[in-house]
Amino acid sequence: MPTSTLEITVDELKHLVSDRALQGETMLLNMGPQHPSTHGVLRLLLELDGERIVNCIPDIGFLHTGIEKNMEAKTYTKASVMTDRMDYLNTMGNILVYILAIEKLVELDVPPRAQAVRVILTELQRIASHLVWLATHALDLAAMSVFLYCFREREVILDVLEMCSGQRMMTSYFRPGGLWRDVPAEFVPAVRTILESFPARIRQYEGLLTGNPLWIDRTRGIGVVSADDALRLGLTGPSLRGSGPNLDMRKVQPYSGYEQYEFDVPTGSHGDVYDRYLCRMEEMRQSLRIVEQALARLPEGPVISDNRKFVPPPRSELGVSMEALIHHFKLWTEGFSAPPGGVFVPVESPRGLLACYLEGDGGPKPHRVHFRTPSFANMQALPVLSRGCLVADLVGIIGSLDIVLGDVDR
Amino acid sequence: MGVEQKLGNLGIVTLKLEQAVNWSRTYAMWPMLFGLACCAIEMMSAQAGTYDMSRFGMELMRPSPRQSDLMIVAGRVSRKMAPVLRRLYDQMPDPKWVVSMGDCASCGGIFNNYAIVQGVDEIVPVDVYVAGCPPRPEALIHGILTLHEKVRGEKIGDWA
Amino acid sequence: MTDVEGAVAVLKANLGEGFVAREDFRGQVSVEVKPEVLVPAARVLLHEQGFDLLAGLTASDAWPSEPRFSLIYAFYSQVSNVFLRFRVRLPGNAPEIDSLEPVYPAANWHEREVYDMFGVTFRGHSDLRRILMPFDWVGYPLRKDHPLGYEEVQFSFNFDEIDKRKPYARD
Repeated sequence: MPTSTLEITVDELKHLVSDRALQGETMLLNMGPQHPSTHGVLRLLLELDGERIVNCIPDIGFLHTGIEKNMEAKTYTKASVMTDRMDYLNTMGNILVYILAIEKLVELDVPPRAQAVRVILTELQRIASHLVWLATHALDLAAMSVFLYCFREREVILDVLEMCSGQRMMTSYFRPGGLWRDVPAEFVPAVRTILESFPARIRQYEGLLTGNPLWIDRTRGIGVVSADDALRLGLTGPSLRGSGPNLDMRKVQPYSGYEQYEFDVPTGSHGDVYDRYLCRMEEMRQSLRIVEQALARLPEGPVISDNRKFVPPPRSELGVSMEALIHHFKLWTEGFSAPPGGVFVPVESPRGLLACYLEGDGGPKPHRVHFRTPSFANMQALPVLSRGCLVADLVGIIGSLDIVLGDVDR
Repeated sequence: MGVEQKLGNLGIVTLKLEQAVNWSRTYAMWPMLFGLACCAIEMMSAQAGTYDMSRFGMELMRPSPRQSDLMIVAGRVSRKMAPVLRRLYDQMPDPKWVVSMGDCASCGGIFNNYAIVQGVDEIVPVDVYVAGCPPRPEALIHGILTLHEKVRGEKIGDWA
Repeated sequence: MTDVEGAVAVLKANLGEGFVAREDFRGQVSVEVKPEVLVPAARVLLHEQGFDLLAGLTASDAWPSEPRFSLIYAFYSQVSNVFLRFRVRLPGNAPEIDSLEPVYPAANWHEREVYDMFGVTFRGHSDLRRILMPFDWVGYPLRKDHPLGYEEVQFSFNFDEIDKRKPYARD
């Protein structure tokens, strides 16, 4: 058992804290890995002058899982199971970025029905992720009823995901070339029910929070970041859009058919916690718009590519076709091989720019998989955002950055 | 029970001390907020409205170990987090129980590598293991009810 | 406004010998540069070509072939909506390179992660210490010669012998 990781000596961290701390003027407080408001296992070393934060040093790595190294030991399709566990609130988005990278690497085409279903499920996942964000953010700022309402809504979305793939969260529904199987008959009516009932629910949450003077007091003017600073610090997603820049990967680098759908990208102007909150609430509405359009023009056809080098043949063919049997055997024993070379695929996760860098080496296992996760890059900005604010505001700032520790630590 | 039949409807119940103490322990077991990863979201879902855990007595989730009886280890425990977990377990007052929720806490799950402790029972003694990746909220509640049965079966000699 | 071709041409002109090669793969452009010219090249991208977002910084280990490490930098330009990648090859077992943090502050934690996982030292970084692994960990996990560290799986035939070895907490 290693000696406690909490006992890093002051000597090693002397360069991080100001001189006032070393003289005892300011207090060093450990907001430990187990804390109700840190959204997971995040450790913050706070240097406090009374209630004001002089410096905030994040210490991450308490959820490091070695996913990237573990994926190098598995074949491409088997490794896709591990991607769900990184950003566990955006499971569809994670596996989507990995599958898009594989498809780019091996130049595999995806049928339009699969692309439309991918868009529907990814946008539903975005709404579910924003619901959990709102639930925990509001819970931290002492609005507990919103937590219960949001989780009730989320159950409806998880029912749809379970109906398609059999699992509520870690679905692994996308495969290289398309989907695992076609959506069941109850899918379209279920999604239509969501489309009808959600706008009223979002209005309900906004009625509870947006005009609420307590909420505005706790979020206006807190954690302000200017547009230039935000971009230089590497912020993306709603954390960046709250300050002004209109950068959304779905618009600028469309993937999986996003260019066919009409939707707006909300931006803020002040760059504070309140603007980021408004951005995410509006994003939920825009996601509903995308789902509506995708559902309306859901094309018929196959849901997976028929390139038998990468996609296994259906079981019915195995009895009649020799090539099908050989392809099945090759794919099940060794897996398909990808050429040497690297691809970098960006998508828009509910947290920001999520990108996958995939390098093949000619074999069936990836040579290097790296996920540029938005929460990891957004966390760097936390010391800058929280300088000079109160400890109670820090909780709101962490909530507004929408950090998922699985995403940060991988 | 013969005394009750003779006394009739006087509002008196007789039972053994073991039963009384075990019953009260199960009906107000407060879990400690120890959600680490994906299983924490399912634990939150189990606590929220649809699958309500408060009906089993777990109304509050206390973040402080000093005020909780049950530690639900929900999620993967990395090697950096392991000493923290042990320290929190030691800070909990007796009687305490541990539920290992999910595959990663029970046995390391799909992560058989350098960074994850292969089963939280290498660090703390576990009473109930709940399998699943992540386990459904109903599975977690089933695990909690199994723990309640286990607690009801405890004898005076085993008490801390 | 600039596009990838323009940026690559400007880099070629400015870097001279430092510009090693240009790789086109699956419609994406990656430029290989020498380690010494990385920071000047990044400055050219940021100030003259408008690549204002550092979209990713990672490394790849090609052990046992040399040069072993390849650092991959991904830049994004908002005005022209293009991605451009750099590749820097570093040989040996204790590679060093200048830090990109003065030019792109977003590189701070990414470089710490590459140091933690691969052992690449970044000269001039404000706070180079381990970020994901415990601070007293020995070794660099994502190198190809670092083992995965898995434990043997308990099946029914070897259940008892592994059970004896496993460190249970019997409190």
